[in-house]
Amino acid sequence: MIEYIWKRLLQSVVTLFIIVTAVFLLLRLLPEEGYLGAAADKMTPEQQEIYLTNLGLRDPILVQLGNFYIDLLRGDFGKSITYRTDVPVMDIISDKIMYSLTFGVAAVIVSILIGVPLGILMAQFKGRWLDRLGTGYIVFIVAVPSMVYFLLIQVYITDFFNLPMLFDEDRPITWVLPLISLSLGPIASYAMWMRRYMVDELNKDYIKLARAKGVKERTIMFRHVLRNAFIPLSQYLPATILLTITGSIYIESLYSIPGMGGLLVDAIQRQDNPLVQALVLIFSSLGIIGLFLGDVLMALVDPRIKFGKGESVR
Amino acid sequence: MGLYSEEIRNITDKSTEQLFEFAAQDEDQAEKIGYSNYSYWRSTWQSFLKNKVAVTLLILVLALVLFVLIQPYLPNQKSPTEIYLDPDTGYQARNVKPNEDFWFGTNSIGQDLWSRIWAGTRTSLFIGVVVAVVEAIIGIAVGALWGYSRKLEGTITHVYNVFENIPTIIVLILMSLILRPSISTIIIAMCITGWVEMARFIRNQIVILRDREYNLASRTLGTPTSRIILKNLLPYLISIIMLRMSLAIPFAIGSEVFLTYIGLGLPVSEPSLGNLINEGRVLMMSPDLRYQLLFPSIVLSFITISFYIIGNAFADAADPKNHV
Repeated sequence: MIEYIWKRLLQSVVTLFIIVTAVFLLLRLLPEEGYLGAAADKMTPEQQEIYLTNLGLRDPILVQLGNFYIDLLRGDFGKSITYRTDVPVMDIISDKIMYSLTFGVAAVIVSILIGVPLGILMAQFKGRWLDRLGTGYIVFIVAVPSMVYFLLIQVYITDFFNLPMLFDEDRPITWVLPLISLSLGPIASYAMWMRRYMVDELNKDYIKLARAKGVKERTIMFRHVLRNAFIPLSQYLPATILLTITGSIYIESLYSIPGMGGLLVDAIQRQDNPLVQALVLIFSSLGIIGLFLGDVLMALVDPRIKFGKGESVR
Repeated sequence: MGLYSEEIRNITDKSTEQLFEFAAQDEDQAEKIGYSNYSYWRSTWQSFLKNKVAVTLLILVLALVLFVLIQPYLPNQKSPTEIYLDPDTGYQARNVKPNEDFWFGTNSIGQDLWSRIWAGTRTSLFIGVVVAVVEAIIGIAVGALWGYSRKLEGTITHVYNVFENIPTIIVLILMSLILRPSISTIIIAMCITGWVEMARFIRNQIVILRDREYNLASRTLGTPTSRIILKNLLPYLISIIMLRMSLAIPFAIGSEVFLTYIGLGLPVSEPSLGNLINEGRVLMMSPDLRYQLLFPSIVLSFITISFYIIGNAFADAADPKNHV
């Protein structure tokens, strides 16, 4: 197991290096006017040239890349170019992270608390009205673009209950609608997968044997089916939780929540390279760590899964 | 015991040669033996027809596609991009509510929403179908190689890790900034990011199937790899491939809405469901104008839900375990 962890860590570092380098190089494909922002019109071509040189954009690309990695090793993520000029990117990010993290983790909790039991009930009453109702909900959420129902919720429910439309940190009631909207999608997906795995598990021979032996239906459900059905889900859980800090673009802009959602989009559109690189590094590290923790969690839930030598991985 | 043997003895007593007669040799009957007229696709189609909801939706979707294609040639259709003027005032006919002239009303600069919606549906359906097909082709090809070939496994896994972890949004944004927004840019951007999931999905299934006994037998008999993949493995996967593709079309259309939302979708001169919804979103706060969001949303939701349900029904039908 320890050897496996080391190998995985080493692989992850290589993957991260490739990703960050690839993004670094891709960003260099963008036109240069972007770095100047709104000030472009006021500058003479000479001034523009000086500005770009000061940013280090006139150095050979490998030198730029090298400088970037040297700073990174010192823990320096650089300063924002256009998003908030000369502010260290880490300050920008840390201001926003708490909002997205709070909403994200709350949404994960809510959706597990509702989605998983919903899936269990749907599997138990397969083909009956509850199952059909749940399937209808899942179809709706999967097939209708989320922006449409997010908007309808915001406009009509705030109308109906006479709630304020925008997020206000000090008024707890304004936390509710964004949270509900954020949870609708994950609830559907937890319910869908839970139902699928439960149904598959219920059809297995050992369940038939247990029934034939007269084991109580409750025991079968909770001891055997649920535990086995939860294994595939447990792999996605850590990544889901970690990646909530990326925030939700739609929700945060609809309710004006000052979180991380859309920060990456903004940063790329304004060509704020240091900010983009920092975000990419954070997001992909979290993704990779999440995947890894998922494997570990899966091995914990299911003792049959081992990550040692000679055993197949995933 | 005694009772039964008594009865049996009675039967044997009664049975005489007369009760049996030789059947005449029938050539036609002889031909039928050992031949079942099972056809995979016919059975699939038959079990699909049993799902009434899916069949209804399929007919409606086909009707919609047909209508969208012929709509510009029907009489009394307005142009989706022309700005109409109010005959009384001579100004642009802005935000006109649905009436007999403009069936779905006009938008904020006086374009006819009815024709814009159908033109937009045409664009979005085209994008969705092309992306789903390309994704399926690349995804299946890469996934099959990835799953089947042990030599390529390490390399493709590494490529996958990189593709998977570069946030999709970065690729989409860079593509649209570099290539300028257009239908082909959107299609290329979505295909670049979309095949990865499909490939992994196919790969996992192939890994499960590749070492089953019948494949070992095939390999020992010297069947070429391509034939094993095409004839032994992929037919097993038709149902789940169908399911994935039915999800890919709604997903592609949804991504187009998303790209438009962050300002990287098609230009407004190119109507699509994405930018119609985006235009409608801006007006959502004034209750009188909400029809401008509702109409395109209804059309979009109808298309995506239908594809999802049809795809699911077809996936069920394509699974030979469900055939009679």
